[in-house]
Amino acid sequence: MKPSSTAFAFTQERIVIAITLALLVVFSLTLNSFLTAGNILALIQNVSILGILGVAMALAIIGRGIDLSIVATMAVSVAWVLQLSNNGVPIDLAILMGLGLALAIGLVNGFLVAYVEIPAIFATLAMGTVAYGFVRSLLLDDNLIYLKGASDTWFKWIGSGQVLGVPNAVLLFGLVALVAHAMLRVTVPGRFLYAMGDNPVAARSTGVPIRPLILLQYVTAAAIAFIAGVIAATSVDSVETRVARSNLVYDIILVVVIGGVGLSGGKGSIRNVIVGTLMIGVLVNGMTIMNVPYTLQNIIKSLILLAAIVVDSIVNPRDEQTSQQGDI
Amino acid sequence: MRETLTRLRYRLVPDHVLGEILAKNWIDNAIPFVILVLTLAVFGVLIPGLLTLGGLSGLAPQFGELLLVVLGMTIVMLGGGIDLSVGSVFALANFVTLALFNMLGWPILLVIPIALACGAAVGLVNGILVGYLRLRAFLTTLVTLIIVRSVVDMLILAYAVKVARPVTRSAIWDFISFKHVLGLPVSLVAALVVAIAGHVFLTRLRPGWHILAVGGSRRSAYNAGLPVRRTIAMTYVVSGTLAAAAGIFYASRLNAAGSDTGFGMEVLALTAAVVGGNSLGGGRGSVFKALLGSIIVLIVSNSLIRLSLPTGGSSLVLGLVLLAAVAIDVKWLKNRGKVLSRVYVSPTYMKLGASPATGEHSGSPYALNDRLRDVELIGLGEIEGPEDPILDAEGNLYSGTRQCDIIRFLAPDHKRKEVFVHIGGHPLGMAFDRNGNLVTCVAGMGVYSIGPDRKATKLSDQTNRSWFSVIDDSRMRLADDLDIAPDGRIFFSEATIRFDMSEWMVDALEARGNGRIICFDPRTSSTRTVISNLRFPNGICMARDGQSFFFAETWGCSISRYWFDGPKRGRREVVIPDLPGYPDNINRASDGGYWLALVGMRTPAFDMALRKPAFRKRMVERVAPDAWLFPNMNYGCVVKFDEAGRITDCLWDRRGTNHPMITSMREDRGWLYLGGVSNNRIGRYRIPGADPEWTAAASYRGDKP
Repeated sequence: MKPSSTAFAFTQERIVIAITLALLVVFSLTLNSFLTAGNILALIQNVSILGILGVAMALAIIGRGIDLSIVATMAVSVAWVLQLSNNGVPIDLAILMGLGLALAIGLVNGFLVAYVEIPAIFATLAMGTVAYGFVRSLLLDDNLIYLKGASDTWFKWIGSGQVLGVPNAVLLFGLVALVAHAMLRVTVPGRFLYAMGDNPVAARSTGVPIRPLILLQYVTAAAIAFIAGVIAATSVDSVETRVARSNLVYDIILVVVIGGVGLSGGKGSIRNVIVGTLMIGVLVNGMTIMNVPYTLQNIIKSLILLAAIVVDSIVNPRDEQTSQQGDI
Repeated sequence: MRETLTRLRYRLVPDHVLGEILAKNWIDNAIPFVILVLTLAVFGVLIPGLLTLGGLSGLAPQFGELLLVVLGMTIVMLGGGIDLSVGSVFALANFVTLALFNMLGWPILLVIPIALACGAAVGLVNGILVGYLRLRAFLTTLVTLIIVRSVVDMLILAYAVKVARPVTRSAIWDFISFKHVLGLPVSLVAALVVAIAGHVFLTRLRPGWHILAVGGSRRSAYNAGLPVRRTIAMTYVVSGTLAAAAGIFYASRLNAAGSDTGFGMEVLALTAAVVGGNSLGGGRGSVFKALLGSIIVLIVSNSLIRLSLPTGGSSLVLGLVLLAAVAIDVKWLKNRGKVLSRVYVSPTYMKLGASPATGEHSGSPYALNDRLRDVELIGLGEIEGPEDPILDAEGNLYSGTRQCDIIRFLAPDHKRKEVFVHIGGHPLGMAFDRNGNLVTCVAGMGVYSIGPDRKATKLSDQTNRSWFSVIDDSRMRLADDLDIAPDGRIFFSEATIRFDMSEWMVDALEARGNGRIICFDPRTSSTRTVISNLRFPNGICMARDGQSFFFAETWGCSISRYWFDGPKRGRREVVIPDLPGYPDNINRASDGGYWLALVGMRTPAFDMALRKPAFRKRMVERVAPDAWLFPNMNYGCVVKFDEAGRITDCLWDRRGTNHPMITSMREDRGWLYLGGVSNNRIGRYRIPGADPEWTAAASYRGDKP
């Protein structure tokens, strides 16, 4: 981000907030059903899973990594939980095993990036394929796993229940965001994550344990992805594992980047993720009410992302002297 | 007995070849090649018929399409970027081709350029965004991937049925679709042509080098004045065009447009490029690597489909293969340098003859004295590394420096100095030719001639490549000293072909004949190697018969004479077999003899180490370079010998303060000028009884002895 000055600085975050507010105003004025309490709640609920995944992705990106396996991790670990529970395993044990699976995937990701030194983009891309292939071929019966065994337990309540009229999904988004924010701001590993993302070589020279930190980064991202998966599965009573091969991961990157988390690492915070999530939520909600086709929605979202990063590159220019080598 | 075995072992086994092979650029292809062989072996066994002609020709059309896309991806990656939009561009070109040809019935010769232009246009958008606006390649091309994919999906939704029904026929289209050239489908032939063109482009043409330079270090390329932004933008245009070409071939093959056309192609292409060994982040890679990677990926992905594994099984295997291949590649790239530095230095056996005595009262011709005690010093602290000072007809003193200049100290007192010419490399040996041009050997560059007008011209920087040398020895790494024959031919020594100037001493640890003597003939401007396999050939001086020259082999501690003309032409004789030190430059003396600098003195310890190559190998592998046992280079002397090789004079600086290391000396008008490659001064010694009129130029003209 730009160094703060007394004048109003055009940071990407502020631009996005302004656009979000503008969209809110435009939609409220033009769309009848937009500004109702029910719609706003539905809006937030719809994007909360995207937001939680965005928090996980933000952790990876802030530490100068990226996790393209996040959707696969989410889908296969929770699908296995449902499969186990359908096969008669008690739900709490099934959850522990599913969480274990997710953490294991995160651990392998971290190991590949930190110790084998494969570029993060590539390691996580391949790990997504491996994780999907491994679980789907060896642990699951079908692509689509339904929530049958534990459909009347507290587990079902996680994604479909409400507290004081607020859907659990929204609350959990808030909780995950709060914990992640606290971790980044207050704890030592969180501060180190920024240091590492900002300049890994300098961080290592000053004694930051880079490799364990990368492990932690991907394991945490996988754990958060598991939470998102549980919420998603229990709100629709099923897991579609083929989501692992969809464009969803690009939407998550969109949410994170549009809010202002710098892809070069070390920049941005959870607040940026929330801003990005809200903007995409408002946009998608409005377009859905207007009956915009899905493919056109994709185009519009992409153009907005493009506009955001173009503006960012003009406001915070990089040139041949400041850009980092091997930065793709 | 044991020593004989050691000698034979080191004579017969060429240890140095391993390091030289590891130093080659093409060795990077070894890992993908092994992976390819393994892939073929594993799937060849698992799937009977895969490796037959029928099995492979079934893959050929797909291979052509994939290869085109991977080539585009490789070029972008070499420039330091990534292009994820290739899959969508592929689908777009497929759709455009079918829509224009099948639905609208346009002539195919118009359709193909339009489809290619569509791809190039998407590439141009990417290129402008990434190259000129400097957005992040990954994110930007991801966005264009989604946008173009969505556009294609919308178009397919509206026109899918119509585009699949051809309204016209075209002989050209049928040729592209069904015919084979030399048994290969047209798409594959096209892809191979593009591959060859791409190889030539990347390795032989300036814009191709620019791409590699930008990918290798964007900042350095920018500072060097390369058009960084244009170069990057161009890589995306190339990639888009090639992906479109692949899409056109796909259209001709399947004649259908679906929403899954080209889906996941970007991952496949990225996988192929990386598995082949092209590094993410740029600068390293080649067309051949792209080719290897494409074959591997195609065989793996197709074999997995044919193995009919349970759902997800093929993803699992593909992912694991990918991870393993990349992990090996990454570790290889990282550790290659370490392995190389361990194995590159490869000592061999050498036994020197007994070292003559140098004691003060030993009666030896090399006996120690202190005659250099009171030399006058020129340019003290003002020059660094005067390897071989020389004087012109007016008495001006010239000397090369470590800062890559030739400095001139003006006659008569040599107090004032000026930079005569900046040459760009450390000038070592020097000689004036008959026209007053200063000819000099420049380390790492070759032989240059500098006219009185200070204009430097390159005479020679490459010679004939020897047939069985692994190292490309056609380039000159360390041209050292030279002299000019009466007919104008320049004979010069290249001390070693295995080490650069900065590590010339390491060559001593090998004691192998790594050096050679080369002849440049100005009449034909040709350069030929005259004698090879010399142990650090150093000083060269024409004998007075005009048909031969003396040369010193530093690590061989010997002086030899070689006849290049006359009845003894081609003969080589050792003149002084065993010196007490390491000889450097040789120059003529006024009494008909030759001055010789001993740059360092032999020690019993190092002489013994030379007979124990295994010891030196262990030392190089296990001990830090600072602690290696090197030959003594801290103390030397100047001797004079006659044509028969008898030592007739000897000059020492006993305290070793003025001239501890002497690499050269020149006699001129009764004075002897002393230089040293590590010294910060030039010494001047009055030779008692020398002819005050004698100059080297007069001697070479034949006016003086």
